[in-house]
Amino acid sequence: MMRLKVNGLDEETGASTLRELLLARGIDPGVRFLAVAVNGAVVRRAEWAQIPLSPGDEVEIVRPVQGG
Amino acid sequence: MNDPFSIAGTALSSRLFVGTAGYPNQQVMLDALSASGAELVTVSIRRISLESYAGSMVDLLGDRCRILPNTAGCVTARDALLTAELAREALDTNWIKLELIGDRDTLYPDVEQLVEAAAELVRKGFTVLPYCNEDPVTCRKLADVGCAAVMPLGSLIGSGMGIANPSGIELLCARSPVPVVLDAGVGTASDAALAMELGCEAVLVNTAIAKARDPRKMAAAMRAAVEAGRLARLAGRIPKRAFAEPSSPRLGLVGA
Repeated sequence: MMRLKVNGLDEETGASTLRELLLARGIDPGVRFLAVAVNGAVVRRAEWAQIPLSPGDEVEIVRPVQGG
Repeated sequence: MNDPFSIAGTALSSRLFVGTAGYPNQQVMLDALSASGAELVTVSIRRISLESYAGSMVDLLGDRCRILPNTAGCVTARDALLTAELAREALDTNWIKLELIGDRDTLYPDVEQLVEAAAELVRKGFTVLPYCNEDPVTCRKLADVGCAAVMPLGSLIGSGMGIANPSGIELLCARSPVPVVLDAGVGTASDAALAMELGCEAVLVNTAIAKARDPRKMAAAMRAAVEAGRLARLAGRIPKRAFAEPSSPRLGLVGA
């Protein structure tokens, strides 16, 4: 287990990659229009299963919503 | 009316851009977008709810629209840049409506950060459409750093106060090397028509449609207004005069 900050909230997780983190959250990593950044840098979808997460990482998981 | 125009080399079929926020429900939004005839529609980028993730509203828009993501709400260049990068990844578009807010009450742009962030995004390959002041100097700086258009506010975002400085917008349109898209402040159809008459290439409307009593009808009204305003611009308005000028012939008046 390690502690991350996910969308601004502290979280204990056993996930070791972004893909595992999404799956643990019930989010299908294949769903369209999803984007993820770790420590201020976008991680391309193709790398979600490969790049390991480290303790203290700040993860942003976003999608488009209504806007003007 | 066949009157195409383009931004960054991309031809757009409609000069009305429409936002997707604040409609009574999704069906009304979809109907209004359809009635507006808009090709370019704006969305924002937000953190997903980790409790209940239910897909994206972009799924609903289908392939009939071109999506213009924004950086609405960002108050630092850092957050705006990351939001733009996330938008590019999520939506597979390099277009970004850059908003950098300097004051939470007026939602006025932070001009200093805006120009810097715009330059950085252009360097990163984005097609940047900045929300900005109706200030020719700021707009020239934005064009100089490579913005594809400028989006001056007509009046405060969501205020419905129309175009507060029409002569300023007209001057800006006459001098801008890039297309001017009026953004913010439109309250009703005549505001959109006026923007086009003043020389804007396009108008972005959100709240005036979404919060109208009947958003579908207002969307249709905005569509007609933008077309009417554009036609009037092309036709050329008559000069204003201080005194009356009879339109009927003076000669042959009965009893004269």
